[in-house]
Amino acid sequence: MNHIKNDDGGGSRVIISVIGKDRVGIIAGVSGVLKDANVNILDISQTIMQDLFTMILVGDMTASSLDLAALKDRLNEQAEELGVRIDVQHEDVFRYMHRIQ
Amino acid sequence: MLTMNEILETIRMVQKEKLDIRTITMGISLRDCVHADPKAACRKIYDKITTRAEKLVAVGEEIEREYGIPIVNKRISVTPISLVAEASSTDNYVMFAQAMDKAAAQVGVNFIGGFSALVHKGATTGDEKLIHSIPEALDVTERVCSSVNVATTKDGINMDAVYRMGQVIVETAKRTADRDGLGCAKLVVFANVPEDNPFMAGAFHGVGEPECVINVGVSGPGVVKNAVEKVKDEDFGTLAETVKNTAFKITRMGELVGRAAAKKLNVPFGIVDLSLAPTPAVGDSVAEVLEAMGLERCGTHGTTAALALLNDAVKKGGAMASSYVGGLSGAFIPVSEDAGMIRAAQEGVLTLEKLEAMTCVCSVGLDMIAVPGDTPAETIAAIIADEAAIGMINQKTTAVRIIPAPGKKVGDRVEFGGLLGHAPIIPVKQPSPAHFVKRGGRIPAPINSLKN
Repeated sequence: MNHIKNDDGGGSRVIISVIGKDRVGIIAGVSGVLKDANVNILDISQTIMQDLFTMILVGDMTASSLDLAALKDRLNEQAEELGVRIDVQHEDVFRYMHRIQ
Repeated sequence: MLTMNEILETIRMVQKEKLDIRTITMGISLRDCVHADPKAACRKIYDKITTRAEKLVAVGEEIEREYGIPIVNKRISVTPISLVAEASSTDNYVMFAQAMDKAAAQVGVNFIGGFSALVHKGATTGDEKLIHSIPEALDVTERVCSSVNVATTKDGINMDAVYRMGQVIVETAKRTADRDGLGCAKLVVFANVPEDNPFMAGAFHGVGEPECVINVGVSGPGVVKNAVEKVKDEDFGTLAETVKNTAFKITRMGELVGRAAAKKLNVPFGIVDLSLAPTPAVGDSVAEVLEAMGLERCGTHGTTAALALLNDAVKKGGAMASSYVGGLSGAFIPVSEDAGMIRAAQEGVLTLEKLEAMTCVCSVGLDMIAVPGDTPAETIAAIIADEAAIGMINQKTTAVRIIPAPGKKVGDRVEFGGLLGHAPIIPVKQPSPAHFVKRGGRIPAPINSLKN
């Protein structure tokens, strides 16, 4: 099983999901936006789900120059260029759904 | 540590299977808005709602952005207006509904509940005035929802109130005839009404509730349907287990969102309501969950058993996922708001009688059912009495939200739009229950109410 590292640190981690048709430059495009915003990538994982390229990144926003809304906007612009769908969600959504703390 | 599969499952639930939070509802006490001058009382009501709920919509949207989970509705429930307005010297409570409507528009919520009265044992002067004002209030306001509790297991059924509500429903339909009787879609008659229900149209802020509270209603029939389809050939144990697991995950989202909203609004978190709430959108249907269990059409023989299993498994999974469960907590079967129910009713498979049987094993009752416009008030009252009897004897909440659509007959349809959907007119029985309904008085509380 492919585990995503996310069990340390505070509440500033986000899960970035990229889903769409595979093409050259998706990882570069997404990680470029994250680099510009000073979001540290803690983990990257990718797979094919129902014939679609699916990439999950765990990002740490502790030192981010953008807030979540602005980061979403930037990633959405990038998503349009790449022709994929990018979502950014607070990590708590995933932890809460699958775990009882 | 989360697995890739878990993350993908959550994303699939939201993006493909329409998992959402149906409502975050802020309950606000209006008990301090009492005033002898009705205008002063209305001003206090408007001020209190707009102050308390000022940030409700903004916070809801912020949570949506942060968590990436749609919150379909932000709503408000208030203290039953009969209690607040009773001290004011006026016979007509419509202005109170207008104050609620104006406040709801100001803060940007689509519904506000609490134009309500609790008359299960008898009505006070204020209750009577409120009930009298319902048809006009629902006609002249857009966002106000009304509910009246006419029975409890502890007290029996107030048949005077039941008959009165039959008349009020007919009158409300007539007053809103130009909108297919839309007023009736915002009016619920209850037995054993819960005081912390976040769902409209039956929400109000009960007298045992705190000053202000956040309650959450989750949704997710689409997610459950998808899970059920995956265990198509398995036995009932596996089916129940699958629904339980899915309900757990859905409810966790409700718990997360409720707690986040309460924290951001600096208001206590009340409850998560575990109801499976459908919408008219394809794939967001409780009927389709029942059909996925192996019924060719919802409403056929076996539907009650399927619904019983579904409702119980949802509760079992949901109860594990939340620290505070409340409200209605059961699968909803509103006909006009559920694409699968609409189809089954149109085909004549889902009848009023079958719906009544289904309400014995789920929440909430005969919900969003359109009947011919010439249905007498006595027949509607008798339908309410039947539902109230089921609630009273089985110590559960039941309700009736029925629309005698003006000018329409069996085979026609009504169109309410949005979340309220559309519905075919279904037949009611012709022999009259008038003599029974008009006896007056109270049906005594059942023997199973004697618990002490």
